[in-house]
Amino acid sequence: MKPITIEEVQPLINQFAKQPVYIHLETTNGAYASHFDQSFFSASAYIRNANVTYEHGKIIGEGPFRAGLKIEIGWVYAEGLTHFELDQEGRLLLAGHGFDGKLAVALEISKTPFE
Amino acid sequence: MTTSNERHVLVIFPHPDDEAFGVSGTIAMHTSSGTPVTYACLTLGEMGRNLGNPPFATRESLPLIRKDELKKAAEAIGITDLRMMGLRDKTLEFEDDDQMVQLVSDLISECNPSLIISFYPGYSVHPDHEATARAVVRAVKKMKKEDRPTLHCVAFSNGHEEHIGNADVVHSISPFANQKMAALRAHISQTAWMLKDLEETLVNGDQPDAAVKFFTEQFWTVDVDQLEV
Repeated sequence: MKPITIEEVQPLINQFAKQPVYIHLETTNGAYASHFDQSFFSASAYIRNANVTYEHGKIIGEGPFRAGLKIEIGWVYAEGLTHFELDQEGRLLLAGHGFDGKLAVALEISKTPFE
Repeated sequence: MTTSNERHVLVIFPHPDDEAFGVSGTIAMHTSSGTPVTYACLTLGEMGRNLGNPPFATRESLPLIRKDELKKAAEAIGITDLRMMGLRDKTLEFEDDDQMVQLVSDLISECNPSLIISFYPGYSVHPDHEATARAVVRAVKKMKKEDRPTLHCVAFSNGHEEHIGNADVVHSISPFANQKMAALRAHISQTAWMLKDLEETLVNGDQPDAAVKFFTEQFWTVDVDQLEV
């Protein structure tokens, strides 16, 4: 993965607009967060293979970045994005790696379902 | 060091590397003495957060990397029967309970183990660990008492010893330390963070507690009839 620049990622987001795509979206603080720090409130969410069509999408910020996809009757949104890759299967993978290097958020867009 | 008298050992954990931290020395002990060990690993740890810093893996490439690591780790500790069960990381507690039990029952029927090693329900922290532990206990409970294998469980939640006391099975795994270290190294995508510290600790001997933890693996023998799961 490479560090995100808006110049590189915005055109990739545009490529997937106005057609049915599959979305993977997750946030995570790790299953052990409350085990290591009992004052930490553990929360996460995850959706895999949501089939949506977005009118337009945008990536914004000065790093870490935020990305929002406007779908017909709602939104898909992720904050804390730091890295991206257009992988071998042509999927756009956006990820946010925390200060410790661990994955904290992921937003991925694919024309075919994720495994 | 106790010599293994087991007929067959069945190890059931949800994530590649669950076997490495607290059990790999024990597994090496069994395989070294010729006891067949089956390791059923329920997921590929697809949702792991360690992807390298800077990242060398993606959310989508991680499963393949971990699959490879799992095979290497199994090899390092002499496991020849590695089963990858194809469930997905962080979803086990949402699976159908009966199917989870059936999965374990099928493994037991096939392997006819004299010993099962898994997690201790209620004291194993990660929701996947807990779901695995419940399925194992339920599957063993369904068996006739005289047919049941011994069940050794791993517990590590905060304050677990206040509730379940000290472990009754303690293996000194020093003779198998190299295999254990090789298993930990095999899972490098997940262990890079701790391996450097661990290696220094073992060389310098400046943190006796950490060294004891590495060289000693402990289990609680569980009577399934005493557990409400």
